[in-house]
Amino acid sequence: MRIGVMVCHCGNNIAATVDVEAVAAAAREFPDVVFATDHMYACSDPGQGTIEQTIRSLKLDGVVVASCSPRMHEVTFRRAVERAGLNRYMFEMANIREHVAWISLDRKRNTEKATDLVRMAVEKLRHNRPLTAKSFEVQKRVLIIGAGVAGIQAALDCAEGGLDVILVERRQSIGGVMSKLDKTFPTVDCSVCVLGPKMVDVGQHPRITLHALSEVEELSGYVGNFEVKVRKKAPFVDWTKCTGCGACLEKCPSRKVPDSHNEGICTTTAITIPFPQAIPKRAAIDPTVCLHFTKGKCGVCKKVCPADAIDYDMQDEIITEKVGAVIAATGLDLFDHRKCGEYGGGRYPDVITSLQYERMLSASGPTAGHIKRPSDGAEPKTVVFIACVGSRDRSVDRPYCSNFCCMYTAKQAILTRDHIPDSRAYVFYMDIRATGKGYEEFVRRAQEEYEVQYIRGRVAQIHPTTGPDGNQLMVRGADTLLGVQVEIRADLVVLAVGAESAHGAPALAEKLRISYDAYGFFLESHPKLRPVETNTVGVFLAGACQAPKDIPASVAQASAAAGKVLALLSKDKLESDPQIAQVQTIRCIGCGKCERTCPFGAIRMRELRDGSKRAEVVETVCQGCGICSVTCPVRAIQLAHFTDSQLLAEVNALCRTWDETTES
Amino acid sequence: MSGPALPKLTLAYYPGCSQTGTAAEYDRSSRACCAALGVELVDVPDWTCCGSTPAHTVDHFLAGALAARNLLQAELAGFDRVTTPCPSCLAALRTASHHLAEKAPAENGAPQDSGPNYRTEVERLLDRPAPLRASAVSVLQVLTEDVGLEAMTSAVTRPLTGLRVAPYYGCIMNRPPGLMQFDDPENPTAMDRVLTACGATVVDYPFKTECCGAAFGMPRLDIMQRLSARLLDMAASCGADAIVVACPLCQMNLDLRRGQVNAKAGTSHTMPVPYFTQLLGLALGLPESGLGLDKLVLPLGPALEAARAREDKRAALAQAELAARAARKNGAPANGNGPKENTPCA
Amino acid sequence: MQTPVQPLDLAQARDPDFQAAVARESGQALASCYQCGNCTAGCAYTPDYDFPVHQVMRLVQLGLKERALSCRSIWLCATCQACTTRCPNNIDVAKVMDVLRHMARRAGYAPERGVKTFTDGFLASVAKHGRIFEVGLAAAFAIKSGKPMQDAGLGLPMLTHGKLSFTPHEPEGNGKAEVAAIFARFDRVAADKSRAETVSSAKPADKTGGGK
Repeated sequence: MRIGVMVCHCGNNIAATVDVEAVAAAAREFPDVVFATDHMYACSDPGQGTIEQTIRSLKLDGVVVASCSPRMHEVTFRRAVERAGLNRYMFEMANIREHVAWISLDRKRNTEKATDLVRMAVEKLRHNRPLTAKSFEVQKRVLIIGAGVAGIQAALDCAEGGLDVILVERRQSIGGVMSKLDKTFPTVDCSVCVLGPKMVDVGQHPRITLHALSEVEELSGYVGNFEVKVRKKAPFVDWTKCTGCGACLEKCPSRKVPDSHNEGICTTTAITIPFPQAIPKRAAIDPTVCLHFTKGKCGVCKKVCPADAIDYDMQDEIITEKVGAVIAATGLDLFDHRKCGEYGGGRYPDVITSLQYERMLSASGPTAGHIKRPSDGAEPKTVVFIACVGSRDRSVDRPYCSNFCCMYTAKQAILTRDHIPDSRAYVFYMDIRATGKGYEEFVRRAQEEYEVQYIRGRVAQIHPTTGPDGNQLMVRGADTLLGVQVEIRADLVVLAVGAESAHGAPALAEKLRISYDAYGFFLESHPKLRPVETNTVGVFLAGACQAPKDIPASVAQASAAAGKVLALLSKDKLESDPQIAQVQTIRCIGCGKCERTCPFGAIRMRELRDGSKRAEVVETVCQGCGICSVTCPVRAIQLAHFTDSQLLAEVNALCRTWDETTES
Repeated sequence: MSGPALPKLTLAYYPGCSQTGTAAEYDRSSRACCAALGVELVDVPDWTCCGSTPAHTVDHFLAGALAARNLLQAELAGFDRVTTPCPSCLAALRTASHHLAEKAPAENGAPQDSGPNYRTEVERLLDRPAPLRASAVSVLQVLTEDVGLEAMTSAVTRPLTGLRVAPYYGCIMNRPPGLMQFDDPENPTAMDRVLTACGATVVDYPFKTECCGAAFGMPRLDIMQRLSARLLDMAASCGADAIVVACPLCQMNLDLRRGQVNAKAGTSHTMPVPYFTQLLGLALGLPESGLGLDKLVLPLGPALEAARAREDKRAALAQAELAARAARKNGAPANGNGPKENTPCA
Repeated sequence: MQTPVQPLDLAQARDPDFQAAVARESGQALASCYQCGNCTAGCAYTPDYDFPVHQVMRLVQLGLKERALSCRSIWLCATCQACTTRCPNNIDVAKVMDVLRHMARRAGYAPERGVKTFTDGFLASVAKHGRIFEVGLAAAFAIKSGKPMQDAGLGLPMLTHGKLSFTPHEPEGNGKAEVAAIFARFDRVAADKSRAETVSSAKPADKTGGGK
């Protein structure tokens, strides 16, 4: 073999603490090395140029570059050697920057270590083989899970980009949390008015297939060729016939069902259309509260339906779709404040959540936009807002900040004054986070223009009290700026509850084989540079499922995810990484351990003609983690480019060096 | 009397210093109730003061040693579980057993080199090995958990129907939750349930865990006056006939020191402050002499009588209404309506 | 905080080891306190404090040892646990107040004389009798506090309700001696510690004292 070695100075980054010339000189003596040099910046155009020229002029078979981390420039150098006519896997990198130069100031030791690393790389390269990527066809279709504003935006962008979209939403209507809001900050736009047109577009777009009241049952396959099973739950109403006229809602006798779209502040019927702007505008029956299903009586809706759409015998349906990519946009749920005993633990009807208040503020909500106390329907004059309920709070295991509560609280305080001009609003806060465009100005408006009284401190207790103004709530908090306790008699208390991951998110993550953190938020590939990708190729993230965020950020992230998907599926074929596991069938004993340990489901047991089973790797699914290689009891499965021989060659190179060292 | 069987349980009993003096009625009624409900109490032999609050405000190891001595005495007598009526003793005993059981000194990220080892220091003061297993629970906890509300309800023979009570737990019975591990720290309900089992009407009392002034009665009377006045005002505005307690210090501040509290606040609250075990004893039909009712400075009698009278009147009116309804069915004229139910504290 | 207040020269006024010492002795991570005021909001004793409890924590965070150890608040804390129960950062605030009182005592501060007199009297009674002799404690306190008539009105109701016990109820066995021995050991250990401990800018032990 003819190997060339280049040792990089990386300016002063490496050269300051490593004698790069000495390393190059030592490398010249290594077996099969015919050329070794040092260079100021190997990754630069001249540096790459030198590599390419040397490969051609000296007819090299392989190249070692000793420089930075492969995560920085492995791709760069592989491309360079490929341009010069070599297979890109006949290239090795020795990391003498992050692993040597940047961790010690001892020049002598560093140079020795760098020399060892180059020796190891050379040995590995001597055992490398050329590898060829395979290409495979892709489905130009995308599955989007969740149809809140992020899912909706991603669906529209992908559809406009020419992809077919399968949009799955577990609720009866799309729209998510944004469809429950009255107004949005900082513009105080009507939420459903700006979301509505997008929802309609989704419902009407020829490329978007919407499955509402559905959930992902199973996802299998690999990037470009996923297979997803979706469970369409039975609405007990034939949606091809239902026109959304609402006749059934009017007659349904089961009227005490807590209305989940209205956050439980009012009741609804067992057969329901969640809200007037719902897409799809179709009725569905909740069998857990429907008299027909629970008691066997009643068939009123079936009788009154002019389209004869009611079908009590409907069953869930499982459909299968093939898609090339997946975007998870499952959004968020809110913290359950009943854990907080100091705010009444859910016992006081006039202590409500921000989203419940939002439904009250909404003109299409149960109170037609009139703010009314749940206890007696009276209009409140003093409204107290409490920030950070279930956020920034280690004692309830929610240490993070929920991102948008400061803003929505300011908005709600402003709206309170709009709805009730002689009202007074107070906000108990710890800090104000108003980092978006126009956000700080918005919060200042609340304080300066709308006379919302902000009080810096938390609330220790809320209890009912009677006073000259009737039944009120005594709110006892602190003003830490003054250093005093503060008592306010409130008519209504609104808790700014924090964000949590959507219920069931971890279970979905397991199905998608993506990672999630301790709070159920899905993990991005890199927090700074890859916010919409996951570590599973082909699965992307959009919106609050990744971390609490507001509408502009969710929309931006959704478009970003759509962009990534469009780029991924813009080619007709994708290349698979050849650094994957390979089975030597003749050694395989068919024990199946590799199949069981593979985290990606990339190994199948195949039956041979004689009836025995042998392991087989699905090349496009394998992520090259190597767990199978370690598990196999007979060494039948090896990871290409990281075979046992290659790795042991490196180990031998290192240990042999130590043996030969005369110093202790 | 059918219902779940009473347990046959034997526990060590740590009375605490006040039970021999100002809180004798608590001791007496606790013992009576436990005996009646199948709980045998064996006094911790040769028990001494646990140190209460003063000890831990001087030194945590001194407090630990004083408390641990009693746990050790219980252990030596063969008991792992000790019950005590006084929340302060309970806190002292539980703090000691909690820290003695700990291996790592750090809590919530505090520096690992958190100073001297608790067990070592306590043993140095005790000059004996510190207890290993014994730990304490309150009498209230034993009654609600070991005896159980069902058994208690079945054993009630003279329900306190019509008596409106404000259950006042005191500040440390359930706090901090990590240490006391009993009931909800913001809205405890164990005593509520015991009193309901006794047939009383429990009002919704928002100051269940607000401090009464503790031991400040002597050194800072003004503080205790202010804090106890708050509690009484709230109980009155909730419509309570009595404020029921589970702590000797709370009881003293609200009862014995009532004159001082009323004087400072300019009020004239007369509601009695019985221990919950006294009410439970009455409901169980135990002889009054064994419950120490005569030791209550503000007498319980008038409140009980007023409640009985009210209840009799309500029952009579309800009867009359039923008769009238029956008569109406047969064509006779109607007679009038029953009274409205009292609404709990708003 | 009371005004007027001189500007804080943090380099001068700050004791860099103070926060660490309090953290060590209390086992609490004071750096995680973000001054939310939840403790103060629920503290029943705030009206009597010179520094509300969240400000006491602030004093420790800023290393203002002198101010922290000389304040009255730490002597008026009843360790009622309202603060500890509600702290969103799981800090045992009551324990920190306790530890500050320990440190103040060792350093010789006692701005609330009555509280110290009561505490010392209580422990003396325990050391002497093995259990609290309530009447003895009350009598001793009445004399030492200089307010002998404060609880005079309680005498009659206590008598008529059988709550006055003129003799101590001492433990039946060796308990009394064992408790006395515990206190004796404690005094020795405390004396050893104070010899070893270097107390910076300590006030001399408050013997004359003043104030409430």
